Amino acid sequence: MTNINLEGTEDTPKIILDGTNNIFEISGRSLPEDCAQFYKPILDWLDAFTPTGALNFVFKLDYFNTASSKLILDILNRLEKIKNKGKEVKILWYFSEDDEDMQEAGEEFSELVEVPFQLESY
Amino acid sequence: MDNSLYYIFDLHKTLSAQNIILVYEGEFTQEITKSVLSMAEKNMESVNEEVSIKKKVFNVMVECLQNICKHSEEFGSNNDEFNTAVFMIGKENNEYKITSGNVIYNDRVDIVKKKLDQINSLDKEGLKELYKSTLSSTELSDKGGAGLGFIDMARKSGQKLDYDFHKMNDEISFFALQSKISRAKLFGE
Repeated sequence: MTNINLEGTEDTPKIILDGTNNIFEISGRSLPEDCAQFYKPILDWLDAFTPTGALNFVFKLDYFNTASSKLILDILNRLEKIKNKGKEVKILWYFSEDDEDMQEAGEEFSELVEVPFQLESY
Repeated sequence: MDNSLYYIFDLHKTLSAQNIILVYEGEFTQEITKSVLSMAEKNMESVNEEVSIKKKVFNVMVECLQNICKHSEEFGSNNDEFNTAVFMIGKENNEYKITSGNVIYNDRVDIVKKKLDQINSLDKEGLKELYKSTLSSTELSDKGGAGLGFIDMARKSGQKLDYDFHKMNDEISFFALQSKISRAKLFGE
């Protein structure tokens, strides 16, 4: 499978989906004009992906808008599906230590899907 | 002095009196949104605003600006009267005020009003529940809206959303919306 490696911009996050080296990370800012279009390749990639080992998916977002929150939930649902196929999946949700809203967002997402969440401040 | 330019002095006085640090009037696009956000961020950085307050202001601004972008699209691009909107940020000693004004169709007024009233009737926990249930139950609209914008603005603001509708004619109304963000540190929250 081809890896996804997107550089972040002022309104889109940096995204790495690398099955070869087992790196899965979304970081930075997410407020694209058309969230559904922006995240479609990410969702398609996850639909086609079968991990060989444990999958640790990192979210290290500085900011995301409400339309992105919908797509983040879609990503989490894809990861839940992978977990339900008997794979080991964990979400690592990073938040800046002075960003209670990002911490709370992680807690809320963790209540919406059946995937282990680890919340970490940085 | 040329009297035809006197309105500039008036405008300056009004903006100063209202403590407006940034105002944009015109067409709203994603490019404009990014520029306005960047200007507001630089302004807050120059006064060393608290990180948590900066983030809340940024958050409310994005939802507000993208809301206007999405809804102005429905009027089409060649209708200036409908298509332009106004956005401003006021900074007072104790709070930021993020205000927007845009045109909406009259038949949307009751729907928007009902939604805002519902949001204003909820406390912190109620807003959290409404956010979660909306997030997990609704699909993105064809305009890309998640129906979460106002809820998120109210949550980040921590205060009621002020609004006003002014009927312009049989077809359209002017919709003004204001969110406040306290500059006081929230200890123990």
